[in-house]
Amino acid sequence: MRRFLRPGHDPVRERLKRDLFQFNKTVEHGFPHQPSALGYSPFLRLMAIGTRSGAIKLYGAPGVEFMGLHEENNTVMQIHFIPDQCQLVTLLDDNSLHLWSLKQHSGASELREEHRFTLKGPPGSPPSATQVTAVLPHSSREVLYLGTESGNIFVVELPSFRVLEDRTITSEAVLQRVPEDYCNRRSCELVEALREHPKNPDQILIGYSRGLIVLWDLQNNKVTHHFLGSQQLENLYWQRDGSKFISCHYDGSYTQWPVSSDNRHPEPLENFVPYGPFPCKAISKIYWQTTKNGLPYIIFQGGMPRASYGDRHSISVVHGSQQTAFDFTSRVIDFFIIFSSEPTAEFDDPSAMVVLAEEELVVIDLKTAGWPAVHPPYLASLHCSAITCSHHVSNIPLKLWERIISAGSKQNIHYSSMPWPIDGGTNIAPDPPQRDLLLTGHEDGTVRFWDASGVCLHLLYKLSTVRVFLTDADPNDNMNPLGEDEWPPLRKVGTFDPYSDDPRLGIQKIYLCKYSGYLAVAGTAGQVLVMELNDEDAEHVVDHAEADLLQDQEGYRWKGHEKLKTRDGPVRFEAGFQPFVLVQCQPPAVVTSLALHSEWKLVAFGTSHGFGLFDHQQKRLVFVKCTLHPSDQLALEGPLSRVKSLKKSLRQSFRRIRRSRVSGRKRRGGSGNASEVQEANAKFDQDTLQEMELAPVQRKIEARSAEDSFTGFVRTLYFADTFLRDSSRHCPSLWAGTNGGTVYAFCLRVPPAERRMDEPVRAEQAKEIQLMHRAPVVGILVLDGRSNPLPEPLEVAHDLSKSPDMQGSHQLLVVSEEQFKVFTLPKVSSKLKLKLTALEGCRVRKVTVANFGSCKTDDYSENDLAVLTNLGDIQIISLPFLKLQIRYPCIRKEDVSGIASCVFTKYGQGFYLISPSEFERFSLSTKWLVEPRCVVDMPEVTSNNHVHNKSGMENAVRKS
Amino acid sequence: EFRRFSLERSKPGKFEEFYGLLQHVHKIPNVDVLVGYTDIHGDLLPINNDDNYHKAVSTANPLLRIFIQRKEDADYSAFGTDTMTRKKNVLSNVLRPDNHKKKPHIVISMPQDFRPVSSIIDVDILPETHRRVRLYKYGTDKPLGFYIRDGSSVRVTPHGLEKVPGIFISRLVPGGLAQSTGLLAVNDEVLEVNGIEVSGKSLDQVTDMMIANSRNLIITVRPANQRNNVVRNSRTSGSSGQSTESSLPSSTPNILANFLQGEEESDEEDIIIEDSGEPQQIPKAAPTSESLESLTQIELLRESTQNGFLPSNEMNLNHSAGSISMEYEVQDPDHKSLEEDGTIITL
Repeated sequence: MRRFLRPGHDPVRERLKRDLFQFNKTVEHGFPHQPSALGYSPFLRLMAIGTRSGAIKLYGAPGVEFMGLHEENNTVMQIHFIPDQCQLVTLLDDNSLHLWSLKQHSGASELREEHRFTLKGPPGSPPSATQVTAVLPHSSREVLYLGTESGNIFVVELPSFRVLEDRTITSEAVLQRVPEDYCNRRSCELVEALREHPKNPDQILIGYSRGLIVLWDLQNNKVTHHFLGSQQLENLYWQRDGSKFISCHYDGSYTQWPVSSDNRHPEPLENFVPYGPFPCKAISKIYWQTTKNGLPYIIFQGGMPRASYGDRHSISVVHGSQQTAFDFTSRVIDFFIIFSSEPTAEFDDPSAMVVLAEEELVVIDLKTAGWPAVHPPYLASLHCSAITCSHHVSNIPLKLWERIISAGSKQNIHYSSMPWPIDGGTNIAPDPPQRDLLLTGHEDGTVRFWDASGVCLHLLYKLSTVRVFLTDADPNDNMNPLGEDEWPPLRKVGTFDPYSDDPRLGIQKIYLCKYSGYLAVAGTAGQVLVMELNDEDAEHVVDHAEADLLQDQEGYRWKGHEKLKTRDGPVRFEAGFQPFVLVQCQPPAVVTSLALHSEWKLVAFGTSHGFGLFDHQQKRLVFVKCTLHPSDQLALEGPLSRVKSLKKSLRQSFRRIRRSRVSGRKRRGGSGNASEVQEANAKFDQDTLQEMELAPVQRKIEARSAEDSFTGFVRTLYFADTFLRDSSRHCPSLWAGTNGGTVYAFCLRVPPAERRMDEPVRAEQAKEIQLMHRAPVVGILVLDGRSNPLPEPLEVAHDLSKSPDMQGSHQLLVVSEEQFKVFTLPKVSSKLKLKLTALEGCRVRKVTVANFGSCKTDDYSENDLAVLTNLGDIQIISLPFLKLQIRYPCIRKEDVSGIASCVFTKYGQGFYLISPSEFERFSLSTKWLVEPRCVVDMPEVTSNNHVHNKSGMENAVRKS
Repeated sequence: EFRRFSLERSKPGKFEEFYGLLQHVHKIPNVDVLVGYTDIHGDLLPINNDDNYHKAVSTANPLLRIFIQRKEDADYSAFGTDTMTRKKNVLSNVLRPDNHKKKPHIVISMPQDFRPVSSIIDVDILPETHRRVRLYKYGTDKPLGFYIRDGSSVRVTPHGLEKVPGIFISRLVPGGLAQSTGLLAVNDEVLEVNGIEVSGKSLDQVTDMMIANSRNLIITVRPANQRNNVVRNSRTSGSSGQSTESSLPSSTPNILANFLQGEEESDEEDIIIEDSGEPQQIPKAAPTSESLESLTQIELLRESTQNGFLPSNEMNLNHSAGSISMEYEVQDPDHKSLEEDGTIITL
């Protein structure tokens, strides 16, 4: 026992461990969970996204990413970049302001928080007096204007956040010269918008929520123009030349206002309700973009007819006669337009619209006719349908990689060809060492193929298994082209679609052979599909076979879901992975394990009832094995009955309580000493009540028995060419491990290639091992004569691995949730073990063999086990001696879904879900580390502008 | 027949060597025998391990009279009931001497043949406020039968009294092993599980540790009821939370080594069935049991017919274990190895 606890004493090994292992959380892939704010710097060409948990993420060119986290973990309400600076200001929902900067440190830029500040009012003033509602970083880069709920605008100096009290713009000062009748009707109320004049930095436009808009002269500290809006104001936007601005309102209207020196109280030029005449929802943000051809782009968020389209999340783009209301599947958080930011340019010439919706980022190309969407290189919505499983494949051969990309490109023809418009910063990270694929299975029956080689998790190809099945959804449902006269001109954009037609379609297990292009996927309703990569469209019949896993069992009834109905006749499949055979497990319980051997052309699958082996070359079921314990009713009846039985037991226990009370009362009525019984009854009630209240959380200590539920649940399947029967001849074998701690080994006879179609594959059970601790078997592995794990199928044939050592004796490693055990082969006897749970009280959740290379010497590498426990710790355990090397805390132990979603790569990296839409990437290796490394340089600043601004500011300071 | 030979008193060597020597001297290399000697009181005592062998050599005055019996026709009742040699063996220290006085006719087999049962252990190295309890689930179908909960206990620390979280026994299942042995009680604080301290571990972690060790569970507790403590004339008098283990560095590793050994033994338990044929018992490699093989075979056969089972799979084995009466418990452990820890292989 002690020997496991004692840290290693060997200094050489300790040094080597430092060269091999190192834990880093490197990058978050996917779409931020619960985004709450969006910012953009046209100067840096960087976009910033804030979240409700206080994270702030900056994105530029692919690979350029920064992340910061506010200590408070409060919602980020607003993000504003300081003009022409590598700085930004965030406003949180606790009314604190934070200044962040990008600074270069040892060659790469880093995002750091510099200052924080909370606006304080005079003593005794209500909190609303200083509640910040609008932030304007002035182009002078020296001050920040803070509009508040009270209507006052405070001025703070940057970067010190010192309040310049004498420059506060009070609502009283603003209201001085407003006409009496207007003033009486509305007070200023909160500041909705602050906009600096595009040409004259000494003027700012202030919009108050009740509709009043004023142009304020910073030099003279007075109002120059009053614009008396009659509608509740939502937002403001200047026209580029500063001669007009546009305001948008709560009633779904927008208004254009002229700004001229002769009229101090101008009337609106035009007031327009785009989706009128019926009541409309608010337009919360508006852009007015000028173009060379004279026709402006009016782009606004919301404004839909309240009654019929009030639930839509839309952004409308109007350009001359063209109008489209982009319809998003989730709430729009914010959006911005990318336009020409050259101060010398005469027109805005918008090129793209970037929309941050709650669940995805959508970018629309405004330059190409039809306004197609742009395929984002990052921020992919991993959860467009909920992720149900993931599978990682390292080091993809170039050939397969190109074929997948080519299949994917055929799916992406509707995307714009525009280069990614947010391209700030430079990615200086070294090229990814190899091509890695991350495959995610989804609830809607799709499998997505992600390029997981580098910092940007990029969707390469999407595979759908739905086509094989007949589902409730009518395929003609989506054949609903927009009618010509459709009004409003809605157009659905984005990919986020959380609704699944049928949960049975969900993908549970994926296995891809990177050498042959064979793919096996298995789903919730016991469906196992074997697919082959085809570069062309094809129409063919999917062969269908059933595997009855309950063969010899009698009198059981499956009360769970039915199997999916298959489509008869040939089915058309697009280029990519095309299914050619479907194996349907009976009962159609969820497939819990899957293995594919592309060289032997065999696929093995397991459910809670047993497992089977299918020859996908001959399309013939080789054998099935029922693993079910006869007393295990729960597994037999399926998932639904389990809920039912729980409900039933609850109901029964309630009934029992009630009955006991009723019978007590009856007795009371009949007998003479009623009061006594009553007393006893009351005491009993009280006691049970007390017991219920005081009963602490307690855990039963009991040894596991063979009669426990779900012992037959097949947890792992493994193919190996090893010595199963005697030490002179090795043969193909299939290994299966169950939840009850049983390992089955089958000896397989696969005919040689030339007779592969003529002779059947045979299987014969050779061994059965019952682990006495009965913990679920989560991993099976055979080590060759040199104690290396056996190579993957076809790996040797492709010269990518040394042939396994078939001279020395092989060893079998069985990993249960509680122990690691090494057995000898062919005669199975226990050789070595590590009792993890007995020692540490943690259980194995995930385990993989990973290859670790030394960061010091290129020629040293070793195989170890990477293990994730139920406590969220990652442990590295040496092979074959099972010595604990190192342990890192990785995931919070309460984060059950995070732990369940973890996948390890073959080279000591891993991924786990930190939210439904985000993978955290981590690395255990010193050698293979994929993390963002990038530089953001200050672009050249046009010096005139700079000087002008500065002098203007100085004037202002002097005068005030 | 008699043989006479000499042995160096100062270097008696190991029992194995001695046993080999006897077989050589008597020219019975493949015959299993029982070895005994007469002590100073004239009792016939067994020699079957290093300890009692050394003891026997040390009592020789100057002659050591040794009796050798063929195992098949051995008369067990001939052996005396001195428990001195057994006390050293952790596995048997629960057998109280008075047991034998009541039933003197009972056949007592070799000390290492005893089936381990639940007991209090390590009384000599633990502070008297603590109790180390070994719960053996072997051979019984009783559930372990207890529950644990979170709680807090008061400790003496350099900063005075402090409340620290702890794990406590919350409930005993009537008829369970924990209750029937009477070694654990509600509100006992759990300090260690199989030699590993539980402080800093969550309730779930401790639960998992106990279940993982459930076949040979050793729990160190601070009993809620401190009145039944063994009174020793040691200087430590109830300084709570302070283990005296640190003051006894030499004995601790021994104990741990014992635990480990016990575990190692119980670990060859996995049942392996090859080629789905009839499973067979393969004797364990442990040298001590080899010497008693013939005895084992007899006992085994008898029990097998009695219970009428064929050890074809795990479930059957469990069933048979369930049907065995308590009396059976003091019988042969190798029989048990068939039920629980036998490596069953069919070729």
